[in-house]
Amino acid sequence: MSRPTAHRITNDLLRPLLHTSWRFYLLVAVLGSIVLAGLVSWAIQMTLGFGISGIRWPIYWGVYLTSFVFWIGISHAGTLISAILRLVNAGWRRPVTRCAEVITVFALMIGAMFPIIHLGRPWLAFFLFPFPNDRLLWPNVRSPLVWDFFAINTYLIGSVLFLFLPMIPDLAVVRDRTTGLRRRLYGALALGWRGTPKQWHRLETAMQIMAIAIVPVAVSVHTIVAFDFSMVPVPMWQSTIFGPYFVAGAIFSGIAGLIIAMAVLRRFLHLEAYLHPVHFQNLGKLLLVMALLWGYFVFNERLVTYYGNEPTEMAVFWQTQRGSFAPLYWTMVVCNFLVPLVLMGIRRFRTITGCVIASSAVLLGMWLERFLIIVPSLGHKYLPYTFGTYRPQPVEIVIASATFAAMILFYVLFAKFVPIISIWELKASAHPSPRLILPALEEHPLGELHL
Amino acid sequence: MKALYALYPDGSSAQQAVDGLRAAGIADRDMTVLSAQPMEDYEFGDMDKGTWMWWCACAGGLVGISVGVWLTWLTETSWPINVGGLPIVAWWPNLIIIFELTMLGAILATFTTLVVTASLGRSGTNLYDPEVSDGKILVGVENPRDEVAMAIERALRTRPDAQVKTIE
Repeated sequence: MSRPTAHRITNDLLRPLLHTSWRFYLLVAVLGSIVLAGLVSWAIQMTLGFGISGIRWPIYWGVYLTSFVFWIGISHAGTLISAILRLVNAGWRRPVTRCAEVITVFALMIGAMFPIIHLGRPWLAFFLFPFPNDRLLWPNVRSPLVWDFFAINTYLIGSVLFLFLPMIPDLAVVRDRTTGLRRRLYGALALGWRGTPKQWHRLETAMQIMAIAIVPVAVSVHTIVAFDFSMVPVPMWQSTIFGPYFVAGAIFSGIAGLIIAMAVLRRFLHLEAYLHPVHFQNLGKLLLVMALLWGYFVFNERLVTYYGNEPTEMAVFWQTQRGSFAPLYWTMVVCNFLVPLVLMGIRRFRTITGCVIASSAVLLGMWLERFLIIVPSLGHKYLPYTFGTYRPQPVEIVIASATFAAMILFYVLFAKFVPIISIWELKASAHPSPRLILPALEEHPLGELHL
Repeated sequence: MKALYALYPDGSSAQQAVDGLRAAGIADRDMTVLSAQPMEDYEFGDMDKGTWMWWCACAGGLVGISVGVWLTWLTETSWPINVGGLPIVAWWPNLIIIFELTMLGAILATFTTLVVTASLGRSGTNLYDPEVSDGKILVGVENPRDEVAMAIERALRTRPDAQVKTIE
């Protein structure tokens, strides 16, 4: 595989920033319209009241909280995967890391919106902030919802900085290639970066520290999201396995989201020279591992409930296995387990197309998984007076769909204004110093030994 | 600002220029070396390597722990409510917030240390050439003394592929 020159790397990766086609404006207009529809729906919900959604007693958590858990899960694509790949110095990470880190930031922002939408009266969101009211009554720090506030904000701040730090040298490159207002803007964002040995050392040390700090934070975030469920006495929720089960599911859906984002970028920004099939094959293998891990957790959860034979839990259990939720449940199993197992397990299918199909199935399956954790349990609690049904209403469907459009819109805009692949990291691998150890630079397939 | 500098196509020629400048009596702290990628495998890439950043991150973590302990203790004791006989100051759930604030402290301290020690965000004119972002390596001296200017220029010209430039 021939290595592109430093000049070509810069030109190829800056092309989307410096040239804009009509397709970009069309895409932004379409996505913007969907986002606008979501905002209008939210405004209608605030005006007419929460009753126009399908959320009512006893099922207080529906599509909104399902989407909250889903997006927080997707956010694990970026910073966590990127941090791990940085720490193990995987050579193939270089074109992947920024694509991944961006997903984290936007998915977290969108995910964090859902509890606010779900409040019904979003202007009271500050009740969660560590800030006392007039009677000096503070938010209850023993509540998992307050833990969410701290965990999500810590992860968001860490992820934004983890994304921003390696962007600084690339913003300096854009500064040098642009003129006028854009030059001033990128110059301000580049913080006067020049590229002295001292700056490079400090940047790399900071990235190492951030990578070490961000991994436990990422794990804690989804564990705490799991605590939102496992800390309450609802059938099939109070489980010690929920923390790791949610973390595994989050990484699983995160990898799927990353594969789709990379395939789209490769196709539409013509990044074939940088996002190679080996990147998809490696991520496909990680997807396979996570599919097996997900299957293991689901088997554990179901087997223990089945052996416990507690009547209320078994009612929820059978509802999902062969009752009204069974079609969704078995669709989830096919999407999350069988499809990735077949497509990623057989080498012939582990192509870019195969990876995208498997990832799309996983995203659908993981959204269903969160829905099936929330709704059947809330609709069938311990006493018959708490039994109920749930049917999502148009306002919820529009708002949830708009967040998918918002995610794509943010991603498209980001790729338009910032190089979506780290230029300096690619240059470092394309033109290595002679004394560097090769395996740290080479894009080798996962699972092959380099001794 | 006056400056005398040269642009080199690769690390080894830049290393030669740095060695030449040292031979001409220029101290490392008076040299400017700029590159578009880390050059840590050349000797000049090791300039200014020492950093307190790890210790600063630990200090930030300690500040975070302290804030976490203070905040959770304060919120629970400022209006003590007995919930189901649970302790008013409940350390197990408090540990979650203390952990998050510890990591936040470490992350913010790392970022602040980077900005301060790498001299980011400072205004003022410094030696720079946009060709650096195209892959060239800049080696030069800012505000050189007149008596050593000739020696600096000779050191920078040791390689035929050097593009020597001056800023008056």
